Amino acid sequence: MNVRVLILLLWLPLQAAAQGFAGLGTDGAGFAQTDPDTRLQFPADHGAHPDFRIEWWYLTANLTGPDGTPYGLQWTLFRSALAPRDGQGWETPQLWMGHAAVTTPDAHFVTERLARGGIGQAGVQAAPFAAWIDEWVMQGADFDALRLRAAGPDFAYDVGLTAVGPLVLHGQQGYSVKSAAGQASHYYSQPFYQVAGTLTLPTGDVAVTGTAWLDREWSSQPLAADQTGWDWFSLSFDSGDKLMGFVLRGDTNYTAATWIAADGAATALPDGAFTATPLADHRVAGRTVPVEWQVTLPEQGVDVTVRAINPDAWMATSVPYWEGPVTIAGSHAGVGYLEMTGYDQ
Amino acid sequence: MTGTIFAALLGHWRRNPLQLITLLAGLALGTALWSGVQAINAEARASYDAAAATLGEGNYAQITARDGGVIAQDTYVALRRAGWIVSPVIEGGLGSVRVVGIDPLTAPGGVGPIGTTEGADLGAFLAGTGQIFGRAETLAALPDTGAQEVLAPDVAPNTAIMDIGVAQRLLGRAGQIDRLLVATAQPLTQAALADVAPGLAMAAPQGGSDVARLTDSFHLNLTAFGLLSFAVGLFIVHGAIGLAFEQRRPMVRTLRALGAPLGRLIGLMAVELAVLAFVAGTIGVALGYVVAAALLPDVAATLRGLYGADVSGQLALRPAWWLSGLAIAMGGTAVAASGALWSLARMPLLASAQPRAWAMARQGAGQVVLAAGLLAVAGGLAIWGHGLLAGFGMLGALLIGGALALPPLLAVVLRIGQAQARGPVAQWFWADTRQQVPGLSLALMALLLAMAANVGVSTMVSSFRLTFTGFLDQRLASELYVRAADTAQAEEVVALAGPVVDAVLPILSVDRKIAGFPAEIYGARDHATYRDNWLFLRSVPGVWDALARGEGVLVNEQLFRRAGLDLGTAVTLAPGVALPVVGIYGDYGNPVGQVIVTEAVFRAQFPDVVALRFGLRMAAGKVDAVRTVLRDQAGVAEAAMVDQAAIKAVSLAVFERTFTVTTALNILTLAVAGFAILMSLLTLAAMRLPQLAPVWALGLTRGRLAGLDMVRAVVLATLTGAVALPLGLALAWALLAVVNVEAFGWRLPMYLFPLDYLRLGALALLAAVLAALWPAWQLSRTPPAQLLGVFRHER
Repeated sequence: MNVRVLILLLWLPLQAAAQGFAGLGTDGAGFAQTDPDTRLQFPADHGAHPDFRIEWWYLTANLTGPDGTPYGLQWTLFRSALAPRDGQGWETPQLWMGHAAVTTPDAHFVTERLARGGIGQAGVQAAPFAAWIDEWVMQGADFDALRLRAAGPDFAYDVGLTAVGPLVLHGQQGYSVKSAAGQASHYYSQPFYQVAGTLTLPTGDVAVTGTAWLDREWSSQPLAADQTGWDWFSLSFDSGDKLMGFVLRGDTNYTAATWIAADGAATALPDGAFTATPLADHRVAGRTVPVEWQVTLPEQGVDVTVRAINPDAWMATSVPYWEGPVTIAGSHAGVGYLEMTGYDQ
Repeated sequence: MTGTIFAALLGHWRRNPLQLITLLAGLALGTALWSGVQAINAEARASYDAAAATLGEGNYAQITARDGGVIAQDTYVALRRAGWIVSPVIEGGLGSVRVVGIDPLTAPGGVGPIGTTEGADLGAFLAGTGQIFGRAETLAALPDTGAQEVLAPDVAPNTAIMDIGVAQRLLGRAGQIDRLLVATAQPLTQAALADVAPGLAMAAPQGGSDVARLTDSFHLNLTAFGLLSFAVGLFIVHGAIGLAFEQRRPMVRTLRALGAPLGRLIGLMAVELAVLAFVAGTIGVALGYVVAAALLPDVAATLRGLYGADVSGQLALRPAWWLSGLAIAMGGTAVAASGALWSLARMPLLASAQPRAWAMARQGAGQVVLAAGLLAVAGGLAIWGHGLLAGFGMLGALLIGGALALPPLLAVVLRIGQAQARGPVAQWFWADTRQQVPGLSLALMALLLAMAANVGVSTMVSSFRLTFTGFLDQRLASELYVRAADTAQAEEVVALAGPVVDAVLPILSVDRKIAGFPAEIYGARDHATYRDNWLFLRSVPGVWDALARGEGVLVNEQLFRRAGLDLGTAVTLAPGVALPVVGIYGDYGNPVGQVIVTEAVFRAQFPDVVALRFGLRMAAGKVDAVRTVLRDQAGVAEAAMVDQAAIKAVSLAVFERTFTVTTALNILTLAVAGFAILMSLLTLAAMRLPQLAPVWALGLTRGRLAGLDMVRAVVLATLTGAVALPLGLALAWALLAVVNVEAFGWRLPMYLFPLDYLRLGALALLAAVLAALWPAWQLSRTPPAQLLGVFRHER
């Protein structure tokens, strides 16, 4: 994905003098900088990059219950470094934050965890792959077969993920530009997971199947100072094709997108190729948030209406945002996920 | 016209400055005592609140090691990874400062300074050399740590808060945690605590700070004192206002005859009083601040020594406090003045202004009935009342009833005295004394309340001291107490000390719920130490033998009262294991229940618990040598060894300070009461002239008359003191046996201190004599022409 949220980060210190959403536009001096010549190496790059300021492992899934009810699932691990170094014990500057959510057509369950690196409470290792915070885990022998678990006070889930397609590198070989001024991140995805497992909800256990999309991204300054939020779409069409696109809202909007063919072939699209226009707003948590969009990508003949399955999918976390499953209608049909940040009260 | 009426009203004060001073001083002194005591209480409570907020005590369940030792950091991580939302806390001492290390990322909401303090910088708190939050005096007391110091007035006194990483480094305890706070919301799926960390146990939230509950007892004493002081002040105000209104009746009549509307007149008098009350209240609050500032260091030291509660020795001006001080001054004046204003409103326009109507109006059957009724209510509440409210209701009824009963009682005694009197002077003396009682009654009631309060509070404090030191003797029977850091050190302690001392008594304990209440279970070895020193409130015959055979348990008074565990009731220690209660013992100041079983039963039920604390019995002379051996050879920290003599010395020093506070308050209240007497006598002096002049004309010299006045003051003070003693003792009984039980679940035995009462009586007498001295001297110097003037014209 792209500019996936990253929140926390530094919530208190940076918010005072924050630039961009959640401080993501703050100068990353002292940290490693993104480089267009970097070539991603696997499995090493599945692991953490502590020299970069922020990083995330971001999984969203569109699921269906036995009765056809659509569900959304989110599992996210954020890493945020207070200083460009690693370390053991409590002294480490590496902080971790987990968000887990389940969305049903009429309910949205969210919970958050925070942890310090260095004591084993949270972390990521590349191979065999494991990402964890507290008892929440995403792990497996390799990146293509993972088990995913999380729980909150009122919900839990335990699902298996099996990749049926290749990793997809966004932008230029995984170097994804975020603004006309050149802010960028390293960004790749695994959008081809098949999912099967169980959701535990207040009403009982639900067996679910569906698809999931995992985003990996790291940077030290992904946003330009004037960029205050973004609208990000991951769309899976019934044809098997997929589309990742985002609008970064600033003094002038910046868009980027990746067209992913059913066989995994990726085409990066330049600023302006992808458009997203709000069609209907919704009041949630004291904010007005667009929950119905017209999304176009003329190059691929895409002109669709994207609609939230549950418009109240508000993430009431340390840094709040909207994240939830969507349905797609129009030139293409399908399901996907929508993330919207920077909608202030 | 308003201005004219107001000027006329103020004219009264100009002509009678003494009355104005009485009114202002009485109100100010009463307010001062009340608000001074409240300030001390408010300061102490604010300190506990800060402590509770800082540490999350009370609000969160806590996990601790069963053996009372440390929790390994790896165990904490294992718990987090098993789905336990817990947050680590480490505590220790750095110099004299209490260091608390927390993890702000996992701390439940509202714990710690981060997030509550403006401008907190998480990055600086966590990383680098870290930050230390504390009050100015705490930060000043810290040794140089290299960390950035941040001023945080909301942090508990003498406590420094920092990141757990920084705290572990400063305390030299890497990888160690003392306890875990358990967040209220836990995830749906979670491994059992026993599976992840069998050595740990969880205790439910306590719903209130331990320290606050302990010290409530002490605050109750102070609050009772403050309330009584204010009652004394109120009597003075009531007297002064009543007198002022009475004397202004002719003026009111004249003003009304001149056309001033009654409504406006009353309104203006109310405004006038409100202004006076405001002025007096402000002076009183300021004086209260001085009283509190002078006493607070002693109170803080008392609380720290007695309960380990840290209270800042510095006074902060809290708006709630001075506003309440002003409010009580205004409210008190309103109460005192409402009756006077009411009677003024009903006064017939042309009624003659009887100069002594006020003085005589206080007598009557109504007051006797009211007093008897109130005392009956107090008695009824003592027998049938339940709850703290009933306890306080009883205190109030007792005091007011006692005060109201004083004038009728005095009247009876004086009538008897008059009947016994022989000779005209003696007869006149008794008659004249009787005649003066109504005018002096309010001042005498104030003296009565002051003395009763002093007797009551002194009895309570002294009883508390006797009980507590006796309790210490019982509980701290061993000469030396040692706490080992771990099992290995515990074994070394036993090996080293065993051959040298008379006995090594292991102290085994676990926290469990007993009959639904949080409680500690102790395992006690069968040893003469216990048999010789422990006293029971109730016990079966052969209690120690029954305990030693494992056929019963001992419970503390708290558990007995809360859970109704009387002798013979079965106590369930563990599923399927229940033993009857064979003894109930007093356990003063402990907020939780306690159960004692014999060592064998304890070890059978809780085989995992290892004794890390020991009581060592030995000859007193050996203590220092044993200490040295344990320190040098077993590496036991000096702070982990406490000798009995030191604990007792500290406790006694604490009580000495308590007495300083009590004595200071005693003298202040008596001074206030003495002042009331002085003012009443001065006011009466002018009125009495027409009665004294004929006696003087019959041949009694002015000096003789003055001497008789002094005797009268002594007689009245003595009689008042005689009534105050039983009232004070009743007050003490109510505080110890009713209010304390309702509030804290344990009863303090009451002891009597005749010498103290004698001293108090002498002080009260002294106050009365001093108060009578000036009026008597004035009388002895009254120019004969003035006395003769009485015969020249009616007043």
